[in-house]
Amino acid sequence: MSDDKPRDSAVGIGLIYPELLGTYGDRGNAVVLVQRARWRGIPAELVEIAAGDPIPDSLDVYIFGGGEDDPQHMAAEGMRASKANIERAHRGGAVVLAICAGFQLIGHRYVAADESVLEGIGLVDLETRAGSPRLIGEVVVQPTENDVWGELGTPRALTGFENHGGRTTLGPDVTPLGNVLAGGGNGDGSGVEGVLEERIIGTYLHGPVLPRNVELADRILAWVTGGLPSLDATLEQSLRAERLDAGMSKGARKWWRDRMLARG
Amino acid sequence: MSASMRTKLGVAAGRSAGWLSRTITRGQGATISGRVINAIAPDALQELAEGQRVTLVSATNGKTTTTRFLATALAAGGRTVTTNSTGANLASGIAPTLAKAKGPGEAVLEVDERVLPRMVDPLGVELLVLGNLSRDQLDRYGEVHALSETWRETTEAHPELAVIANASDPHVVWAATPAKVTWVALGLGWRSDAATCPQCGALLQWSVDRFDCPSCGFGQPDAPNILDGTDLVLDGTRIALSIALPGSWNRANAALAVAAAAHLGVDPSVAAESLDAVTSVAGRYMSVPLGDGRNARVLLAKNPAGWTEVLQFLHHRDTAVVIAVNARVADGKDPSWLWDVPYELLRGKKTAATGERRLDVAVRLRYADVDYEIEPDPIMAARALPGDEVHIVASYTQFSALYRKHGHGR
Repeated sequence: MSDDKPRDSAVGIGLIYPELLGTYGDRGNAVVLVQRARWRGIPAELVEIAAGDPIPDSLDVYIFGGGEDDPQHMAAEGMRASKANIERAHRGGAVVLAICAGFQLIGHRYVAADESVLEGIGLVDLETRAGSPRLIGEVVVQPTENDVWGELGTPRALTGFENHGGRTTLGPDVTPLGNVLAGGGNGDGSGVEGVLEERIIGTYLHGPVLPRNVELADRILAWVTGGLPSLDATLEQSLRAERLDAGMSKGARKWWRDRMLARG
Repeated sequence: MSASMRTKLGVAAGRSAGWLSRTITRGQGATISGRVINAIAPDALQELAEGQRVTLVSATNGKTTTTRFLATALAAGGRTVTTNSTGANLASGIAPTLAKAKGPGEAVLEVDERVLPRMVDPLGVELLVLGNLSRDQLDRYGEVHALSETWRETTEAHPELAVIANASDPHVVWAATPAKVTWVALGLGWRSDAATCPQCGALLQWSVDRFDCPSCGFGQPDAPNILDGTDLVLDGTRIALSIALPGSWNRANAALAVAAAAHLGVDPSVAAESLDAVTSVAGRYMSVPLGDGRNARVLLAKNPAGWTEVLQFLHHRDTAVVIAVNARVADGKDPSWLWDVPYELLRGKKTAATGERRLDVAVRLRYADVDYEIEPDPIMAARALPGDEVHIVASYTQFSALYRKHGHGR
């Protein structure tokens, strides 16, 4: 796992608790990482960690997906029990990709509408409170320019589909994944979406996010494997362009409506 | 105005309101038409259901086919049957269906799973037939658990109500248990929406043939009726289900229907034999000519559970496959579910991605290592694929469009 030693085993793409955190096609994120590694001749395997099992510290990527209420509580329990392993793996070079419920759980806590508190693992300084209305629809995000992206640089605008009631607030020293160009994002009034740290991405974007944004997928892979040969992405880029259009036309309508309302 | 005049007016106004809602605002028209019928004629459903013994059939998948099977079986048993055979399963569809009843008899009504709790009292329902619950249109309706809970509130309020229910689905078991249930074990299919116990939230344990909660004791009930391959074992008697419709999911639909028909007093072997005559149900499994001497067979798949059943069926056949997906309101606007479906089962087959979200489909197929073409129109897509057999598997609005265009008289 450490950076100074050549890789002697397949890249382990961990899909954590798919029965609990798999409501929105989250398996797709793991499949895309495995396939994009293999197509480049890099051995990779999808490792499913079943609910109830401890999360090992030996994986290269940890994918936490979205889930309903009861399953999210079960998942949180397992993640807290394996918190030390996840932190150790991350310090040793592993990547964390956390979507929706998973995004909330890598923060300190989720405070429900009845003020009950679900403790997360506090890997990142963020907190989520239940809010209303639910944010549902296409999202477009302009990623934050940042050195953590590595040699591939900042990816172009990301698209996704969000569906969450949570309002997530980032700590003062935490960088968002990007600025919201269309849609709700973190929904706390800050106009940002997700979180971006060294080898950590948290986001509300479903779609799933990696098939719709292969530039993001490749940055995650590069964090694990180093330099990557290029790969034909004509099909994926045409999907991205189509969703960008769909998301931005929605964003433009909202911009126009807000302007009209502001004028009175 | 007399009560029945009021009812007729209410039904007509409700249908118009539903049509307007669908046409102008692109809503589904369900809520508004129900409200209009209610406002003009609050007792409409009650009045229309008079003289009918009402059976409601609901499920996420298979309710239209199960309804048709049950109606067919009851007719074979000599009953007069009124049924909503086209899948019009909201108040706006059920009211006009009942209005067409020619006299007293059996009303076999498919009902939308979200509408079911509101139908039991007004219709004076005597039997519920409950199939399965799984994720469907997540962006609109949210949780499967919540839906199961609304069903359970209904059975808790009606402990004497007779129910024919699938013993192999945790959400259905949770929903049906408070009533007088006849269980049918249909076999464990899609389980990805029932990881946790509906009663206590602990992780359910799944074995080959049953589920159990290790924490609170909730589990699969013992069922006197079991679907065993192509046979239904009904109270110890083995009955062959020789149906014309394909797939294991249709055998499950048939098993529920035969059990329900038996409960309503029809000889189960007469019921089972009658089902062979059902070859297409509201466009499902209809055959569409491709204009080159070949026909394509059309299947409806609305959600991951349905898709998984269909793909397991196609996997074993030498067929080309067209995958037609939209993401309109009625389909669910978020096609993320494409990644919950094992399209890998299509490896080695010729496929085409079509529909408004064909690029999402194509990307999914690419990552499943499946060969694909991309073509906007489903019929053109089918024509472009080689082989004697072509199946078009379509999401809801793609399917509806095909049915409107090619479904008449078939």
